[in-house]
Amino acid sequence: MPRIALFISQRLVKAVFVILAIAVFNFFLVHAAPGDPAAVMAGEAGAADAKFVEQLRQQFGLDRPLYEQLGTYMSKVVQADLGYSYRQQRPVFDLLMDRLPVTLSLTLTAFVLALLGGVALGTLAAMRAGTWSDTAITVVGLTAYATPIFWIGLMLILLFSVNLGWLPAFGTESIGAGYTGWDAFLDRAKHLVLPVTTLGLFYMAVYTRLTRASILEVRDMDFVKTARAKGLPEWRIVSVHILRNAILPVITVAGFQAGHLIGGSILIETVFALPGIGRLAFEAVLQRDYQVLLGIFLLTSVVVVVFNLLTDLIYSLVDPRIEVAP
Amino acid sequence: MTAAAITPARKGSGFWSAFARNKGAVIGLAFLTLIILMAAFADVLYPDSPWDMTAMPFQPPLSEDALLGSDTLGRDIAAGIAHGARVSLLIGLTSTAVAVLIGVFLGAVSGFYGGRVDDLVMRFTELFQTIPNFVLAVVLVAIFTPSLTSIVLAIAIVSWPPLARLARGEFMSLRSREFVHAAVTTGQSNMTIIWRQILPNSLSPIIVSASLMVATAILLESSLSFLGLGDPNLMSWGYMVGAARTVIRQAWWMSFFPGIAILLTVLALNLVGEGLNDALNPKLARKGRS
Repeated sequence: MPRIALFISQRLVKAVFVILAIAVFNFFLVHAAPGDPAAVMAGEAGAADAKFVEQLRQQFGLDRPLYEQLGTYMSKVVQADLGYSYRQQRPVFDLLMDRLPVTLSLTLTAFVLALLGGVALGTLAAMRAGTWSDTAITVVGLTAYATPIFWIGLMLILLFSVNLGWLPAFGTESIGAGYTGWDAFLDRAKHLVLPVTTLGLFYMAVYTRLTRASILEVRDMDFVKTARAKGLPEWRIVSVHILRNAILPVITVAGFQAGHLIGGSILIETVFALPGIGRLAFEAVLQRDYQVLLGIFLLTSVVVVVFNLLTDLIYSLVDPRIEVAP
Repeated sequence: MTAAAITPARKGSGFWSAFARNKGAVIGLAFLTLIILMAAFADVLYPDSPWDMTAMPFQPPLSEDALLGSDTLGRDIAAGIAHGARVSLLIGLTSTAVAVLIGVFLGAVSGFYGGRVDDLVMRFTELFQTIPNFVLAVVLVAIFTPSLTSIVLAIAIVSWPPLARLARGEFMSLRSREFVHAAVTTGQSNMTIIWRQILPNSLSPIIVSASLMVATAILLESSLSFLGLGDPNLMSWGYMVGAARTVIRQAWWMSFFPGIAILLTVLALNLVGEGLNDALNPKLARKGRS
């Protein structure tokens, strides 16, 4: 047990360092942006006379040396102060917190479904390697892997909303329907079906490929032959002996992909008009609202780091050998 | 990698027969050739600028003056696809080239010198792998204003880490091989050893990864221009889908055909990449097969 505690605390320390490094990187991005930050802020506030710019420069300490500004910036970040958006007339942190739940529910649902579906399909394909079902899964996977997700989203809207009229295409709930309780939940769930499918499909293809390759490597190993020789039922061999060993690389990559998933939500939320972080990013791009954009960059990085910590934890639970590893 | 060391002797007919054994790769290569031809002859096929109004707006496909229909401003979709092929291929290739330069340089230094340098470079690489890459690409292009250069650099900056890891692994394993020791004893400089001895022998896995990376780069570029972060002077497939997004209910063809173009190009590149993998890394390739 203390081994696991040590492993987790090491990861925690590393995570803190990574977040600090990203914050520093973020700071330099603000300063690398073309144009004077004070002038940009003045432009965002809708006024550009020299006096106001000068006042802003003093107010935000932009006339101080760079390292001092970095110090101020870092102490603000630690206090969850990510600046102020003049466009939206609100602190960036509040804006982000308003939008986070939608993005988290979208990405987490998509991730879990993609992982479960991918592992199941990959296992099926690998155990029947060479048959038509393997070929079918591989071909569909390759195609999903090559399709831009924003386009899949649009095509699903075209099919299921415009032509068939089965599912809603935009937003998180039916406006003005006045649903309560269970109906409201169902309504929200219905609105998530298309976005989650779109985002999940690509990653399902990735996990399917990975699981298939990983199982093909494991399935002919000696311990599997032993299990088979002992006369264990096939499902037990697959689920206990093969899958538990084959799934480790899948978990590693799945952890790495968390960041991609969040990036994908920018596209998905734009296509499906979901009021999440991704949509906020799209609006910030349109309005050139750098404060918000950089806040999103920092927040999504933190989400990814937390997610990687969780994957490490899951990994250490699935793989007993991790206890021995330093 | 013994496979890599063997490859030079197997080149020529061996390479092609190994490549051709993968049917998907041959189909992919055929498609890719078509797309490259389309990009090369875009000016001949559609001499007018793809931004020009050449038909009535909202013409469905197979109309008289627009084979694949026209968009909301009467621009020819087919012309846009032909000219967009140039942008996609150009950005895909150049950003991959830049990513290969960064990744292989850092990976080579890291794997060759090891120790502290290796630690430092790997921490740096891990940091870049943690950062959500599409978010970073969006931030970079938005801050440095969308242009061909900023898009290429942004894609390269978010794509190099896997290549650095790959190159590091190759350099580490080749570093302890006899031919490298021999080069050290004959007094060759580190630069010569990295450049003339190790790099040529680690090329095949790098080529395979790079070919797959072109596909990812094209997807990234299309996503950026879908969000309105494309070069405003260049017609691109992602831009066409993004511009047609709001009229999807009235005009499916405006977003359908450019999306198919992206899909086919990326699919073709992935298939060719797998074929290259079979041909260049025969030992690795067989492992993935049943």
